[in-house]
Parts: sequence; structure tokens; C-alpha cells
Amino acid sequence: MFSFHKKPRLFASTCCGVILASIPILGAAEQAGHYGYGEPATEEQIAAWDIDVRPDGKGLPEGSGTVDEGMAVYETYCSSCHGAFGEGMGRYPKLAGGEGSLTEDRPEKTVGSYWPYASTLWDYIHRAMPFFAPQSLTDDQVYALTAYVLNLNYIVDGDFVANKETLPQVQMPNHDGFIWEDPRPVVNNERCMEDCKEEVTVSDSAAGKNLTPSTTGPLDEGITE
Amino acid sequence: MLGKLRRLNQDVSKTALEESERLPSEERRRFLRSGLFTAGGAMVGGALAGIAPKALAATQYPPEIPPWTRSLGAGVVTDPYGVPSPFEKDVIRRNVPWLTADKVSSISFTPLQHLKGIITPNGLFFERHHAGRPEIDPQQHRLMIHGLVDRPIILSMEDLQRFPSVSQINFIECPANGGMEWRGAQLNSLQFLHGMVSCAEWTGVRLSTLLQEVGIKPEGKWLLAEGADGAAMTRSIPLEKALDDVIVAYAQNGEALRREQGYPIRLVVPGWEGNTHVKWLRRLEVGDKPWMQREETSKYTDLMPDGTAHGFTWVMEAKSVITSPCPEMPLKNKGICQIEGLAWSGRGKVKAVDVSVDGGQSWQQAQLREPVMSKSLTRFSLEWKWDGNPALLQSRVIDETGYVQPTLAQLKQARGTNSIYHKNAIQTWKVNADGSVVNVQLS
Ligand code: HEC
Repeated sequence: MFSFHKKPRLFASTCCGVILASIPILGAAEQAGHYGYGEPATEEQIAAWDIDVRPDGKGLPEGSGTVDEGMAVYETYCSSCHGAFGEGMGRYPKLAGGEGSLTEDRPEKTVGSYWPYASTLWDYIHRAMPFFAPQSLTDDQVYALTAYVLNLNYIVDGDFVANKETLPQVQMPNHDGFIWEDPRPVVNNERCMEDCKEEVTVSDSAAGKNLTPSTTGPLDEGITE
Repeated sequence: MLGKLRRLNQDVSKTALEESERLPSEERRRFLRSGLFTAGGAMVGGALAGIAPKALAATQYPPEIPPWTRSLGAGVVTDPYGVPSPFEKDVIRRNVPWLTADKVSSISFTPLQHLKGIITPNGLFFERHHAGRPEIDPQQHRLMIHGLVDRPIILSMEDLQRFPSVSQINFIECPANGGMEWRGAQLNSLQFLHGMVSCAEWTGVRLSTLLQEVGIKPEGKWLLAEGADGAAMTRSIPLEKALDDVIVAYAQNGEALRREQGYPIRLVVPGWEGNTHVKWLRRLEVGDKPWMQREETSKYTDLMPDGTAHGFTWVMEAKSVITSPCPEMPLKNKGICQIEGLAWSGRGKVKAVDVSVDGGQSWQQAQLREPVMSKSLTRFSLEWKWDGNPALLQSRVIDETGYVQPTLAQLKQARGTNSIYHKNAIQTWKVNADGSVVNVQLS
């Protein structure tokens, strides 16, 4: 501390000069490259990692696949979990069915009944499936699987060929089923403090349902359903 | 370990015996009868000779002097990275095996019933993985920022830490927290009902700093965040939010992120659906439209009774829950007790919390415990005299926007029972005459 007092003037003037000069730069948006850290990303590097596909087809690669080709790939890599017809095995998700069920008591949300965009199917199979070996399929295989899953849902005919031109044209049945703007808050409770309701009725209780794993002792693997 | 413990206890009883030799005979007899000696001997002998542990514990109370006071403890760096006392072994994350196909795409829940204050210890932060927890070498990990930017770059983890850092305390909640309960009361546990919310101090770089560094082109309106896990998790985030309070975090409660939380880096998107806080972050792309990824179409959209679905419902609306008493923490005694709980809002600060003990007929304002911070858990408490009669306990949060937490009936009226996500309704705990606590729903 004390030793700094030896040259206060010099210190102050340097310090304030710097601050004054830098306020406008720091206050406004900094210029791109201000820090200069990291390395420029090359086109090749970007192309290898940029795997996302948009509804308008942006991001879809060259290549193509047919429904028949898709069936063969599906049987090898997918049916063990998702079922031969996309009906889902055990708790693995269904990929087909559920048309018209969205207003029912037990809706079934699948590619056919729920998904608004076909591009999402290509994107997701390519990035995340098969579950045990993500990003292991070729682009042609992914096109073929996309064609096959769409065909399982009666969205395309058996002679459909999926490629970067045809996929963005596919109209999904539930395309118009979404509102892409958050309407909430839709419920606004009142902050009542006294005499807020006449009577109170318990309509349901978790007691005795035997669905709750133990919360003491080691992990409870016991309750399976 | 066990051998060490035995030796320690033998040492204690030996010391005790030696000490008793030096005492006058009357005192010596008393000493030998006393707990210290019994305790030391019993710990070893108890396990072998089957002395009831209860008798053992009782002997440690005043006027007895427990063995740990009359012996030496473990040396420093016995645990170079400290771990909780073995007596806390119940305090762990837990899963519901019947909920998911396997543990690789699954959930674990934070034991909220045991936690104090507002910070979730790193080892207890809830988990949600879609393709398991990857093991990432930070030396090999890179963050790519590209798309509609002037200077696409690749950053190493060292590069990232050279930028100015910020720290902020934020909760993260999975929007499916409590989602099993739309159709009725199923689970009788605070941990499993509400344990998909946790809160930590996050340290990292403001996303706005990084985006300024690469220079956003005027057409840029959206950001895609992508993880490096086997799910290559993705979400589209509007730039307005990205430039507001989002950070690329590398630390959690003062240490590097845990692997379950995205080591070496994750996005923290304060107040928004947990799923947007992309873990193991590897890529940020600026674009002019959202990408409509699987996690924002097939999942994380809210199906309404008329069959339409609401998408991009990012904000976690205000919610609160009483954490004591709760099914895991029943009332043991009549008389004065502290009702305690947690409240939070994705829209800002908690303004007030009210508590009812009669199922919502009347309410009393609870006390908020400092600190009260935006998009963070906030702890509340209310002193209550329990007369031993059954009671229906509820808490209701009001956030700084004036939003009042809804009842389950109100929420169901507006959303039906098939929206899975965003169930932020008031929780009701029924206290029975024996002090046990049950998860119930009111009509
Ligand atoms: C080992 C089992 C397994 C295999 C094999 C498998 N999947 Fe999956 N699939 C899953 C799981 C689990 C999920 C859900 C992942 C999650 O939780 O995010 C899933 C999700 C999906 C979804 C999204 C479903 C929805 O409604 O959101 C699609 C589409 C899909 N898989 C297609 C495929 C295709 C095509 C293949 C073959 C290349 C395949 N899967 C192979 C287990 C599997």
C-alpha cells in the first residue's frame, strides 16, 4: 500500500487517461474481436460440426433414401426398441400411430400424430439415433429411415424418395396444431387471505398407492411399476 | 476402515481404563459403570456381542462424556476431497425406476427434505440426461461459435476462462417437475414430487460478451445451443434472451461444474426451462429463425385439451412448496413448529409467500429469509402451533410481477391434464393426527 504513494501523480494521470479513453469503447457494445481469444473456425471445421436441419431444409446434405431401403436399416438398427411398426417396445417411444388422439383422455404423441415438421425427424435420427450409437449412420441411411418412419405414419407413399428437395415439401398432419407464442400467464390466482372458500374436500391422496420408492437407505430398485 | 475404527475404539477404552486406575476406588467404580468406558468397549463389543445400539447411544448424553471427546479424530487429508458424514447416508439423489426405460435417458431427484438454505450441494443437484453423462476431457473440448456472425471462432476451455467472469445464483428446474401428478396424487414424497429443482452459484462468461466478440450480423435473431453428449442436445433461444442474462458457466458453487451438470461447460438460462440450459456445450450458432428441434416440438411443448399445443413456453412460472413438514419429515411433537419451504419464480424475485393450514380457507404471510434474489430459490418460514389435529398445509408464492401461484384446480381448468410440463400448482400436505404427512389433492 504505502510504497505506491511514492509516485501518486504519475499513477493517477496514467490511470485516468486510460479510463477516459476506454469508457466509450467499454460502455457501448465491444467491437468484434476485442479480446482476440481462440482461433478462427475454418469452413471445414464448421461443416463437420454444424449438423442442424431447419424446416425450410437448410442444413440438409446431399444424398437420398427410399422407403424400402429404410425398412432394411430400420429392422437392423431400430426395431428392437421402437418395434417393427413403430409401436414402441416396453417404455421406448412409439414412432407411429395415435392419429386423432390428441384430444382424447390418453393422447399418443408420435411423429405422425404430433410432430409439426419432417425436417426434425431427419435432424434427430441423424444426431441421436440409434440410441446406443449416435451419429453412426450415413446420410443416405438417415434419408431412408426418415422416408420409412414417415411411411409408417401414412404421411408419404411407398415410392417416396427422401432428399433435400422432397423433405421440406412434406406436410405433417399436425403442422398447424401448435401455437408458437407463450400465452401465459393464463391463470392468475387471487391473493385472498380470509374466508377464501366455503369447504375443503380432499379428492385424492397418495397414501397407500405404493408407487413411491423409499427415501431412506440405499437406492430403491424395488418398485418397478 | 472398519479395522481402523475398531482400533480407535480399543484405544479409547484402553485410555479410559488406564485413566480409571489413577482414580480413588469409589470414583473408579463410578467411572467404570459410566458410559465412557461402556461406550468405548461396547462399540467394539456391541457389534460382536450384540449389545443394543439404543443403549449405546443413550450413554453418550450428559453427564456422560462421549468417546470422541476423549480420543483423537482422523487427521487432515483423510478425505482429500471431503465427503459428508456417514450418518448422512440417506441424503442422496434418488430415481423412480418405473418412470423411464433405462437410467441413460432418465432423471434423479434432489433430496429437498434434507437441504437447508437455498444452495444445492453439487453432489445433490438433480440430474436429467438424454443419453447418459459423458466423460469429457476439458483439454480436448471446444466451443464453436458460428452462423450469422462476423468472426466464427473456436474456443478452448482456457480461452473461455480468460474472458471477464460473472457469478450469479440461479435455480434450474425441469419443466416436468411434478408432471406425474396432473391426474391425481401418486407419489408420497417431497423428493420425488418436487426434487427436479436445484439452485447454485454459477460462474462463467456472459453470453453477450461472447456474442459481441464474434459480432452478430443484423439478420441474426436466434441462437442454437448444442451439447457434446450422445443426444447432441439442442434448443433454439431468441437472441433477446441470449443477450440478457444467459451465461456460459464453467463453475458451480465455486468449483468446476460437476459432470452431471455439463462439465466442462454448460449454458445457464436464468428462469427458463431446465432443458434450455444445454450441458456439455459444444456449439452456439446464430441464425435468423428457430430450428424446431425435437426438444422444442416433440418434447417441451404443452398439449391443451382442445388438441393444440403451446410451444416455446420457456419461462418457469412462480412456484413454492413446504419442505418441512413433508411426507419424509413428519411432525414429531405437538406445539410450536417452524413451517419452512422454498419459493422461486422464473420472472424475477419472490415478493411474498403465504401459508395456509386449513387447505386454503385462510392464509398468513410467511417470512422471507434473506437473500431474496431474482430467479433464485428463496426460503420462507412461518411459526405455527400444531394442536395435534389433522391439518391441510399449503404455500402460495407471489412474484414481483404480481403473479399469484395457482391452485391445481385452476391450473387444470386452464390446461387440462395432458400438458405434462409446467405444473406449478399449490401443493397440499395433509398432516394426520399422528403427525404423518401425506400428499393430497383438493377438488
Ligand atoms: C436401444 C434402444 C433404441 C434404439 C435401438 C433406437 N432408439 Fe430411438 N429412441 C430411444 C430412446 C430411449 C429415445 C428417447 C430418448 C430421449 O429420452 O431423449 C428414442 C427416441 C427416438 C425418436 C424420437 C421419438 C419422439 O417421439 O420424440 C425417434 C424419431 C427415434 N428414436 C428413431 C430411432 C431410429 C430411426 C432408430 C434406428 C436408427 C432408433 N431410434 C433406434 C431408444 C432407441
